[in-house]
Amino acid sequence: MTTNADSRLAPSGPETIHRDLTYLEAIQEALRVEMRRDPSVCVLGEDVGGTFGGAFKVTDGLAAEFGDARVRNTPLCELAYVGMATGMALMGLRPVVEVQFADFITSAFDSIVQFAATTHYRWGGPVPWVIRAPSDGGISSGPFHSQNPEAWFVHTPGLKVVAPSNPADAKGLLIASIRDPNPVIYFEAKPLYRSLRGEVPSGEHVVPIGRASIARSGSDVSIVAYGAQVREALGAADRLAHEGIHAEVLDLRTLKPLDWEAILASVHRTSRVLIVHSANRLAGVGAELAAEIAELAFEALDAPPVRLGAPDTPTPFSPPLEEAFRPDADKIVAAVRDLVRY
Amino acid sequence: MSADHALPASDEQLTGRLRMYYWMRLTRTFDERMVSMWKQGRGVGATFSQRGHEAISVGAGLALAPDDVVAPLHRDLGCYLVRGMAPDRIFGNLLGKATGVTGGRDANLHGLGDLSLGIIGFISHIGLSMPVALGAAVAFQQRAETRAVLTFIGDGGTSTGVWHETLNTAAVFGAPLVVVVENNQYAFSTPLSQQMRVSDVASRAEGYGMHGEIVDGNDVEVVYDAVRTALERARSGGGPTLLEAKTMRMLGHAIHDGAEYVSAELLLEWEQRDPLAIFEERLLASGVEGRDLRRIDRRADQEIDAAIAAAEAAPLPDPSQMERGVYVA
Repeated sequence: MTTNADSRLAPSGPETIHRDLTYLEAIQEALRVEMRRDPSVCVLGEDVGGTFGGAFKVTDGLAAEFGDARVRNTPLCELAYVGMATGMALMGLRPVVEVQFADFITSAFDSIVQFAATTHYRWGGPVPWVIRAPSDGGISSGPFHSQNPEAWFVHTPGLKVVAPSNPADAKGLLIASIRDPNPVIYFEAKPLYRSLRGEVPSGEHVVPIGRASIARSGSDVSIVAYGAQVREALGAADRLAHEGIHAEVLDLRTLKPLDWEAILASVHRTSRVLIVHSANRLAGVGAELAAEIAELAFEALDAPPVRLGAPDTPTPFSPPLEEAFRPDADKIVAAVRDLVRY
Repeated sequence: MSADHALPASDEQLTGRLRMYYWMRLTRTFDERMVSMWKQGRGVGATFSQRGHEAISVGAGLALAPDDVVAPLHRDLGCYLVRGMAPDRIFGNLLGKATGVTGGRDANLHGLGDLSLGIIGFISHIGLSMPVALGAAVAFQQRAETRAVLTFIGDGGTSTGVWHETLNTAAVFGAPLVVVVENNQYAFSTPLSQQMRVSDVASRAEGYGMHGEIVDGNDVEVVYDAVRTALERARSGGGPTLLEAKTMRMLGHAIHDGAEYVSAELLLEWEQRDPLAIFEERLLASGVEGRDLRRIDRRADQEIDAAIAAAEAAPLPDPSQMERGVYVA
């Protein structure tokens, strides 16, 4: 089974070339494609400019091509530079903000949740910015460089939230986010940056916001995941197949708005659902999914919806602690076995 | 949302100081009528008196060029009016009407944004307009447009972290931004002495590496000149300016606040410097006829009467539309 099996996706054009890129290279390519296409697209954040090109080198080379004004280094001021992006967006620019680690997005919370997210509803001002938030852990980064704070933003009216799981979607969803007329938070899974390669269409590859994708088809159980956990879910599904358990992996890709059509269709196909995310289980995105699935598809279910997420604990640093903390393929396999036996 | 608020035909000829007086009077009349409506129980929720702030909001507003952008707050009514926001739209907003600037979504004087008038609406989290105004200024700078941005903040707002982040960043970028601090001695009930240990907010400008200046916030001409100079400096690449306008909040924080914590002596002292009264005195001393000012007063009365009547007669918003507009379609 392959990624992008979703038949609702527009086919790529005849001149499209597919190349193997890392997840990080795909993000960088999306930025370059959009900055070449549209002079209003610009990048700002801490350390993103000059010859440095960002803490993870995602914006490497952009300042050389597009200049320091469009690839703007800011002082250390999350609250101000996100607010700035709102003002730039209101004046017709399309800023793409890098918060160096998703953990630091809390320092910009008022600018995002109170100002940007409410502006169009209150008085009609459009705020077409994107915040790129390098998230997730598993690489011994400790409590403040590993977080998955997406649920706060899914809970906020006026925002859109995306979380790509593979290089092709990383490119296509970033391009879609930049073109979207609303504020979009783009969670990029930093454990995938250099460890995940995949085919990426060249040129203006757009993955529409709000569409999930079937990453692997199956009939026994649905594993609903996003971001870095899709790779874990696919690994788990491979192993489960050897045991005769055919798991479908549904990659949400967008967390707000959720693709309820695809989610409910998968649940109806398999009658069992496991929801997996790296974020804390308590009041996470999975809680909303489980509740809605129970409300809307109760009669299709052969077992209660089950959630797998991190415990109600800050992200610990030391490898055995973080391993215990974080969902992975082993834990998914165990949870699916239980779910199938229910 | 309705179109610009043009000056009535009889006032289109008003120039210079008489035009300034007209906007000051319109702001004062709006405020007095609003306060009495709320005391009569004809209001919805809270509102914020403008008394004492007319010279700052009108003076600064008039200093803006048509292409400039402004991010005002809740005590800057004069600025919204000067920029062309029609009084009936503002009264409509105060009354939660469908015809209000936000169509009943944002409260009272909050969120009065209208990009067609170059106005960015604010949120209640004071200080959060500062970086948004800076972003607008950075956009102009990035596109090499000769436009500047003006924003306001109170003395209380200068204690926030976002105030510091914004001023520092504005200075680093040399952004075309003018920040007017309306130092009105009180942040709700908290006096200046419990807000900061310096006597002048403007003294902080040096610490950010930007131009700073103190002006008499009750003298509309002084405010106008200072803001105009600062905006010109901003547009010509001279970077941001921090202007501290000293004034006094003459009534409570909001309509429900009796401000018993402010001494009668302090209010009396500032009452002697009422921005409308000192400007009128100066105009009369310079040879302006009193009857010309009274004609402007009557015009302001009529306009505000008409605005209130229109707002009170306007429909309330339709609950079936409540969920619309969260996103740009």
